[in-house]
Amino acid sequence: MEQTVLPAAAGGAQTIEVNLGPQHPSTHGVFRMIAELDGETIVRLKPVLGYLHRNHEQIGEGNTYIASFPFTDRLDYFNAMSNNFGLALAIEKLGGVPASERGERLRVIMAELTRLVNHTAVTGFLLNDMGAFGTPLLYAFREREKILDLFEAASGSRMMCNYVRPGGVREDVPEEWLNRARAIVDGYPRFLDEFEQLLTENEIVQQRTKHVGVLPKELAVNAGITGPMLRASGVNYDIRKVDGYSIYPQFSFKVPLGTVGDVYDRYYVRILEMRESIKILQQALKDVPGGPALSPKGVALVKAPRTFKPPKGEAYGRVEAPKGELGFFLVSDGSAVPYRYHIRAPSFVNLTVLEDMCLGQKVADVIIILGSVDIVLGEVDR
Amino acid sequence: MLPALEELKTAIEQQLPGVALALEAGVVLVEPKDLAAVGRCLKESERFRLDYLANVTAVDYPPERMDVVYHLYSMAHKHGPLTLKVKLPRAKPVVASVTPIWRAAEFQEREVYDLYGVVFEGHPDLRRILMWDGFEGHPMRKDYVPENQNAPEPA
Repeated sequence: MEQTVLPAAAGGAQTIEVNLGPQHPSTHGVFRMIAELDGETIVRLKPVLGYLHRNHEQIGEGNTYIASFPFTDRLDYFNAMSNNFGLALAIEKLGGVPASERGERLRVIMAELTRLVNHTAVTGFLLNDMGAFGTPLLYAFREREKILDLFEAASGSRMMCNYVRPGGVREDVPEEWLNRARAIVDGYPRFLDEFEQLLTENEIVQQRTKHVGVLPKELAVNAGITGPMLRASGVNYDIRKVDGYSIYPQFSFKVPLGTVGDVYDRYYVRILEMRESIKILQQALKDVPGGPALSPKGVALVKAPRTFKPPKGEAYGRVEAPKGELGFFLVSDGSAVPYRYHIRAPSFVNLTVLEDMCLGQKVADVIIILGSVDIVLGEVDR
Repeated sequence: MLPALEELKTAIEQQLPGVALALEAGVVLVEPKDLAAVGRCLKESERFRLDYLANVTAVDYPPERMDVVYHLYSMAHKHGPLTLKVKLPRAKPVVASVTPIWRAAEFQEREVYDLYGVVFEGHPDLRRILMWDGFEGHPMRKDYVPENQNAPEPA
């Protein structure tokens, strides 16, 4: 441990440098923070990334467009479905692949179920970080598991779904699956009520989270923060509304906003977003259109990936993933393999302001501030 | 709505004398020396208000060119994207950092520096971010040869 002496202006008090992580349960993976402390207060904090770096982008530049889908599952391994969705949209934009009506509907259902999974789990983890070991997290995981069972039934895998394709989805689902999904979605508000009763007005939760890790609106926009974290700071920006991609304009839903931008707002915006996702799901699961789950061009692409050669050009496709803007930037040189394959990962960019939020806070607050950012290292390090 | 690219080009060239932009397949090409001025103008002028830098990345075109690509949106006016591109000589890729304009570039420029070796002048903390300190080379460059993992370890 290194010790540095502050200049005399600070009264000659000593600050101490502490390493948090990379092997630490609160870092949600292998993430390291070098914190400089004055007593218990943070005066400097530098994140250190890259422990899980595997040069995903270079792997993508050696694969056909379709072959990258299983790799995107491993980016943000909580939300395989929305990662697939982002890449599918970018490929559709690049190669002009239309999606089938049923495929679009199923993709939106999957993306919103993923949002439920992510927000439920992250809220549970946040409480774990606060010291409420076990109970909230297990309540969250109990519900999450029901949705993962649905994913398993549809795609064959709980988490590494590899399900969405350009032009629709890989496999169709039977009517029975839709009924199961309807039952789970209809039961979800009851779980959220129970969860909120446990947490939202809990005095300890409020004491720990209110006015902790405040992120001002201007800084959030300037630093490119996206997702629930941006909206908790009161900026109305949801890519589902702004871009209106896929069939989102058909559904009515609101964009919940926070006011202060503290950890509590980030927690509560996620709860409200889940309630909006349930609204979308209830609309989407009504009268699911028939027809093929994958458009004819999509079938050709899946069956013979080497014959799919998009024209020269570039495309930037983005989706509102549960963690924020997930963008895929593809450059084609006219061959079956992308010339450039870049991922704009939301949790990577959201970490930019970690230091700003932590300055002047206590060490214990750093853990919950990091928890409220909602990072997944598979995506940060790529 | 974002104005058409021709309109945008004339508007910026009028505001910033001495700056010449070029258009290429939906992309605005900026001279490396003008990048900071053009960026500030796009962010601050009421008409564009491109206050949100979504994405920064590079594309390598050996043997002589390296592009840095910026995707801009407006959270205030909810329009976009505008794609900016600077073409740099591959042997010495140096461009002004846009981190003072958009903080969003801070980590993303570090990533481009790390993986492609583009130097961003004026970046507050230009260090490697994904690869470790002391790593040699830039692994996303097209001519990067990965280390042979099957080579016998020195005894």
